[in-house]
Amino acid sequence: MEILKDVKDPEVPVLSVLDLGIIRSVNIEDDKINIVITPTYSGCPAMDVIAMDIRLKLIEKGYRDVFIEHQLSPAWTTDWMSEEGKRKLKAFGIAPPNPKQQFCSSEMFRQEAVQCPHCNSYHSELISQFGSTACKAMYRCLDCKEAFDYFKCH
Amino acid sequence: MNANLFIYTLHLADNALMLAQRNAEWTGHGPVLEQDIAITNISLDLLGQARNLYQYAGSLYNNFTEDEKSQVDKYIPKLWKQYNRELQEDDLAFLRNENQYLNLLITELPRVDWAQTVLRQFFFSAFQFYLYPRLQNTNNQQLSAIAEKSIKEVAYHLKWSAEWVIRLGDGTEESNERIKNALTDQWVFTGEMFVPAQFDLIDVSLLKEDWDKKIESVFAEATLRIPKQTWMQSGGKQGKHTEHLGYLLAEMQYMQRTYPNSVW
Repeated sequence: MEILKDVKDPEVPVLSVLDLGIIRSVNIEDDKINIVITPTYSGCPAMDVIAMDIRLKLIEKGYRDVFIEHQLSPAWTTDWMSEEGKRKLKAFGIAPPNPKQQFCSSEMFRQEAVQCPHCNSYHSELISQFGSTACKAMYRCLDCKEAFDYFKCH
Repeated sequence: MNANLFIYTLHLADNALMLAQRNAEWTGHGPVLEQDIAITNISLDLLGQARNLYQYAGSLYNNFTEDEKSQVDKYIPKLWKQYNRELQEDDLAFLRNENQYLNLLITELPRVDWAQTVLRQFFFSAFQFYLYPRLQNTNNQQLSAIAEKSIKEVAYHLKWSAEWVIRLGDGTEESNERIKNALTDQWVFTGEMFVPAQFDLIDVSLLKEDWDKKIESVFAEATLRIPKQTWMQSGGKQGKHTEHLGYLLAEMQYMQRTYPNSVW
């Protein structure tokens, strides 16, 4: 598990795969390691890279017999992101996801109150539901005027 | 039964792939940067769904008996047979001929303009939004897992496209006219979504009521009216396509046909 802390999300390099909550189980039997991962979004191109990075990191540490399994259900949710991960995101300038149950809404024209990672103001507005990667939306802070990424709840 | 499952999985995958390809045509051409990114993000989600489904279809086929294989042979790409290896997702996506694809016609229509693109996305996302929960409740574990995963993304697509339909419908004279034209062009292709085929695992006719309600509520805000015409075009689920699919395939399949088995 300690080794997996060093495997980062290639798109958001402050987050480890553990912070992201995509490691579903790790099973070690003698020299054999079986890791189950779940994708964040169906088409996320980072998933192939992440699987490769996990393998490379383990080989580097001397584990050669690594099997990585992809599992779709239960579907990943941002609620699985660690608290440490959320702190790291904010320090990196990306607003961390709101808790899903309280804030997520698929109602039209409804916007979540998202806290600006720079000045902590909740006085922000949505620029676009979709951002530079599948997991992010674009927001603008109306107080400090900075645009920022929001790791949208999913 | 297994043959039908394979064909149904192809149908679901083809829907997602064709619309992913059409939406990806906007890359670098969106009306503004943020929406260029939005429509291509939707494309990426759909491509991800298509990949999961083609992978599953491939694994089904590879585990088929000879008898089962012969039952689905008309959907299997001829070129792949020379490869002498297992059937993979890319073979299904890139090596089949036009009449071997089973996507709904609405997904292959040209992107034309922004109004046509967002209206089509709205119709299709609403369809997926009601289809996938039912798929999640079937006893097929893999299709259920793919549906469970995809539905969260579809909820975003539906919200985004519905907002755009309202924005254009209830917008300027120009935007209203464009979306009305789109509606006139596309309505005839919406009926096919709810006509059951022999391979359907879900009774799609049961989705129509919810779908109609959703369309009506968004149209009410968009100041649009559902057309009166009742005759509907169909054929996609039988492999009979519009003239547009051939051009789409020519572009999409170019690399795999020119350089077989090439990889990134």
